[in-house]
Amino acid sequence: MSTATTAASFVDGLNAGIGSISGESEDVLNLRLEGSRVFTSTGVPTSKKEDWRFTNLKGLASTPHELAGPATADISPWRIADSHRLVFANGRYSAELSDVGELPEGVTISPLAVALSGGVERAAFALGKGVDLTNHPFAALNTANFLDGAFIHLSRGAIVKKPIHLIFVTVGIDRPTWSAPRTMISADSTSQATIVEHYVGTGGETLTVPVTEFHLAPGANIKHVRLQEESRESRHIALQTSRQGRDSRLESVALNVGAALARTNIDAELGAPGAHASLDGLYLVEDTQHTDTQIKVRHAAPHCTSHELYKGILDGKSRAVFNGRIVVDPGAQKTDAIQSNRNLLLSAGALVNSNPQLEILADDVRCTHGSTVGRLDEEAVFYLRSRGIGRATAESLLTYAFAAEIVQQITVSEIRERMERHLVERLPQGELAREAF
Amino acid sequence: MLKLNNLHVSVDGTEILKGIDLSINPGEVHAIMGPNGSGKSTLASVLAGREEYEITDGEISYSGTDLTELDAETRAREGIFLAFQYPVEIPGVSNTYFLRSALNAIRDHRGETPLDAMDFLSLVKEKAKIVKLDEKLLKRPVNEGFSGGEKKRNEIFHMAVLEPKLAILDETDSGLDIDALRIVAEGVNALRSDDRSFVLITHYQRLLNYIVPDFVHVLMDGKIVRSGGRELALQLEDQGYDWLEKEPVAAAV
Repeated sequence: MSTATTAASFVDGLNAGIGSISGESEDVLNLRLEGSRVFTSTGVPTSKKEDWRFTNLKGLASTPHELAGPATADISPWRIADSHRLVFANGRYSAELSDVGELPEGVTISPLAVALSGGVERAAFALGKGVDLTNHPFAALNTANFLDGAFIHLSRGAIVKKPIHLIFVTVGIDRPTWSAPRTMISADSTSQATIVEHYVGTGGETLTVPVTEFHLAPGANIKHVRLQEESRESRHIALQTSRQGRDSRLESVALNVGAALARTNIDAELGAPGAHASLDGLYLVEDTQHTDTQIKVRHAAPHCTSHELYKGILDGKSRAVFNGRIVVDPGAQKTDAIQSNRNLLLSAGALVNSNPQLEILADDVRCTHGSTVGRLDEEAVFYLRSRGIGRATAESLLTYAFAAEIVQQITVSEIRERMERHLVERLPQGELAREAF
Repeated sequence: MLKLNNLHVSVDGTEILKGIDLSINPGEVHAIMGPNGSGKSTLASVLAGREEYEITDGEISYSGTDLTELDAETRAREGIFLAFQYPVEIPGVSNTYFLRSALNAIRDHRGETPLDAMDFLSLVKEKAKIVKLDEKLLKRPVNEGFSGGEKKRNEIFHMAVLEPKLAILDETDSGLDIDALRIVAEGVNALRSDDRSFVLITHYQRLLNYIVPDFVHVLMDGKIVRSGGRELALQLEDQGYDWLEKEPVAAAV
């Protein structure tokens, strides 16, 4: 069976996106055709491919998925009170659920389709730049097929105080469906914003293949939280790319809680001196959940810093894959890069494959990496018990504390509290542990 | 209060304690001294309920109950406190929260209502003064980034808040300079009372200049080879432990 057959049989509606946005430019059309060509030739990757070795997509490849239709959902559980909100259901804009509100001058927050259909020229100009389609077949699938998504543009010096909340709700039906939201964030020099990218689901066998692009001009400062809490029958295969100018800062925290299978690729490029990216994350999985994080940070210029701290808490028979790569180009001197992956196993059946890698082609750099997989520190559990705290509470408290280092970075309180609630629900005596923070 | 009868303890099949007899009454302070490897810390761990220690023979009775039937947390709730030789760092859990959880678990066990945050705060502030603990250390994660002396003082501070009936101090004096040692000793002395007993495990006599014990026992090779009053500690300081090996084993009090 050729891979092309696999591609064709698994998604019904391939190339549906081509020409779907009226007035989209020839550049975008060419990008879509390229995406289509790549996905048709590569198809759904098999575990023979090195970066898919531990994540098996056989079940996906053999299940025909139809393009998800328009839908609506009750978004009240996920809403942030004081925010600029865009909502997409099955990758399609929902005007009725969105509430962008009043925006500071020089700020555009709109559906991508509106931006591409002639509203904003720059969207078309940068779209797809830095997205490596060949190595990311699902990003290729997205590129050919996205119908809509979020478009954020911050002009020079613009500051958005309230969080920008992008909700992507996947609404399943009685048959497998798929959707491909596309988000583009373009921050001009010295602009600032906090962006929450939030994936949720209402149930059903679904596949979401989002692509999110960050383009940060010199001095831009973006805080980003990516919370993936899709329903447990779903698959979520995402790509996040970022390209950063001089002295820009991207502080991104990825939280993976939902989905039966979640794969997140992050390609971050530090392209000019002084740029900083922190890409931290927490995955919290149980039962037979599978989560896979693949991060590539490329230091392409001198004096850039990157920070990656990924923590995992695994229970049941869940599995986590972490593949972190730091690439330092020749000439990227004074690079300072830290990468750490720490996993906490709460059960005997959970499994982690952690593989941090460094590729350093410059000689004056400071790069550290490391990974740990382990259980709770028994000495610490005993210390708590010896002061009268029961075993279950002691274990929950220590697990909560392990996660807190990531969760406490989240500045948007509703999202932080949501994440805390996920932790509390997973832990015995979780409510008690939560009070500690 | 505490009675050990012919206590034998093994770790990984190796016998460490080889028949300990010891009786501690309310209000008494007992010092247990001995060279490295004599089994002092094993004794402390067994009393606190560390599970990797196997009691192969003998009995431990605490306030009339069989202590070996109780898990570590229940022992703590029944009033046993161990000050660790190496206090553990607990990243992410604040010292205050940790103590409040512990105190409320103990209060719950006694059928008392939990202390609310305000009452608890005034309690810890008062107790922190006893060991001159910097209030900043109350908010910090337990023992994280504390100096050696601060960790030991924090143990005594925990003891002051939890008000145990039997406190076991496992080499609390080790690694302390003289000022820190004095503060720790003053903290312990402030907590001495007619119904609270102490077991001081130490390698050096020095601590006993500040906390005057009622009894001193010498532990060597898993057995108490000599018991006496405070003067025994002074004799050990002068003569070391070697002379005890040459003399016949004395009966424990």
